[in-house]
Amino acid sequence: MSLTQKDKAAVKALWAKISKSADAIGSDALSRMLTVYPQTKTYFSHWPDMSPGSAPVKAHGKKVMGGINLAVSKIDDLTNGLLELSEQHAFQLRVDPTNFKILSHCVLVVVSSMFPNDFTPEAHVAFDKFLTAVALALSEKYR
Amino acid sequence: MVEWTEQERGIITSIFSSLDYEDIGPKALCRCLIVYPWTQRYFGAFGNLYNAEAIKSNPNIAAHGVTVLHGLDRAVKNMDNIKATYAELSVLHSEKLHVDPDNFKLLSDCLTIVIAAKLGNGFTPETQAAWQKFLAVVVSALGRQYH
Repeated sequence: MSLTQKDKAAVKALWAKISKSADAIGSDALSRMLTVYPQTKTYFSHWPDMSPGSAPVKAHGKKVMGGINLAVSKIDDLTNGLLELSEQHAFQLRVDPTNFKILSHCVLVVVSSMFPNDFTPEAHVAFDKFLTAVALALSEKYR
Repeated sequence: MVEWTEQERGIITSIFSSLDYEDIGPKALCRCLIVYPWTQRYFGAFGNLYNAEAIKSNPNIAAHGVTVLHGLDRAVKNMDNIKATYAELSVLHSEKLHVDPDNFKLLSDCLTIVIAAKLGNGFTPETQAAWQKFLAVVVSALGRQYH
């Protein structure tokens, strides 16, 4: 299920519309993930405050969306483009890859709620494929 | 048995009482067929599913989307006994329709996305948690009678 030219174009078109809200999307997606999938909180026990919209959550949401922004720019070669992030996730963060799917789902929910008219089924399928490809690139170095 | 808080019950019944079945049902099913095209395998007799436009304007798909959503009604009305409520439907999906139960999750994710689009800010993290818990119970009940 690799990204076609049509997928890449759809992702870039959607990103152009939503990227100025990237920080808000990241914060909301992360807040949702921690609430809807409480097991994900295990990765953030070092935060003083894990509540939705808290400072650590907002800052981290921004970081994650920065990664997605990078991925959009490297969409033609995610494996190489996200090499550093992949090593970080494999050797330092060691986030279980199931969680990539969970966070991706939360991102999709947020984009749908914030941009109901732009997040058409066609945009949805392309963006879902993209986030799946990003997750795959991020888990490249795991084993 | 599944435990529901008063808050969760309130969230689920409130969402369903405000739903336009004729709108949300078709939207969720169409999205599922477009985002996860392999789900089209169950709709060979429904006519033209050749592309997104065809799917969105297919009256058989629209009608079926409404049917599926009304099916969820039963779970809303019997939240304390969803497993038993869906026993027959589970047998139907297994024995007659031969639907891979993994597909239930795909449709439920699309329904979540469609509800998020409708409720916007109203689809808070707590609302999403209750909604997804409800759908997870439904999905589990529908797969229960498979053997």
